[in-house]
Amino acid sequence: MYYLYIVAGLALLTSFIANRGKSLKALKLALKRFLAILPAFISMLILVSIVLFLIPDTVITHYLGSGGKFTGVIIASFFGSITMMPGFIAFPLCGILLEKGVLYMVLSAFTTTLMMVGILTFPIEKAYFGTRVTILRNIFSFLIALIIAAMTGIFFGEIL
Amino acid sequence: MKPKDIIRTAGLSCYVIFIVLSFALDFGPGKAIGYNLFSFSLDMLKVLPCAFILIGLFEVWVKRETVEKHFGEEAGIKGYIWAVLLAGTIVGPLYVALPLAYSLHRKGARLSVIFTYIGASAICRIPMAIFEVSFLGLKFTAIRFLVSIPLVILSSKILGDYLVKRGYQILDGK
Repeated sequence: MYYLYIVAGLALLTSFIANRGKSLKALKLALKRFLAILPAFISMLILVSIVLFLIPDTVITHYLGSGGKFTGVIIASFFGSITMMPGFIAFPLCGILLEKGVLYMVLSAFTTTLMMVGILTFPIEKAYFGTRVTILRNIFSFLIALIIAAMTGIFFGEIL
Repeated sequence: MKPKDIIRTAGLSCYVIFIVLSFALDFGPGKAIGYNLFSFSLDMLKVLPCAFILIGLFEVWVKRETVEKHFGEEAGIKGYIWAVLLAGTIVGPLYVALPLAYSLHRKGARLSVIFTYIGASAICRIPMAIFEVSFLGLKFTAIRFLVSIPLVILSSKILGDYLVKRGYQILDGK
């Protein structure tokens, strides 16, 4: 997180030293771009607030731990797709689940869909790229996550 | 107002009224949703100003020719490699990658390259990968990287080529 502040701060500082006018223009542009996408962000926030209430972490933990190999992967990819979690929460959670005996392939399906498939970010992606592209990209991402999960299972000797 | 805007405004009003009433009447689930909204908005506000400042600087300083050269039609396979490398160094979730991808495309980056960028930014962010390794082990992360990068590039190429063939144009003015 701090890394982003440092990068943005240094970039802005360098820019101001190099050219004041251009930097002001950049800031104006930043604001314009932000305001243009703000309605989509608000839609996303509303969705997130409701979905995270309906599906709290405890529910996810419970379901990832139950079920067999394949149902586990399907359940994990379902939860990963519909919810949203920053990495610094998701990975420690997966670490705990791993100790509880949850399979690597299930955790792989969960973390990959969590980051690649964005049902909650749909309003934002749609605003930028349109509905069709958003749906197609997310379907592709979901399939990729399943393939990654299968490969993880093979390499860890969990299947075959 | 367009019908879409009316629906959006009505939905937003219902939501706000629901949250306010929940707090006034001490309605548990509504309050929980309100707290979720608050904490998530706060998280986003920590990231978004920096992200959009970088986007603004990018659009002002980086020349169109530079983007076209590295991410455009003429870049060929190198475009994908650049996209993965760029994604690896960026912090932030999907909702940060999307506006940046949009700006890249406006500056002349090829569609398949920006899809690669979006996909790779979900998987290959280095700061996050370090975190992942510490909890799930190097083998887990290595498999994920090695399997996902070729698949992301391949699927982006398929999707990008398909859209170009259909004459897909990105919406303007965002």
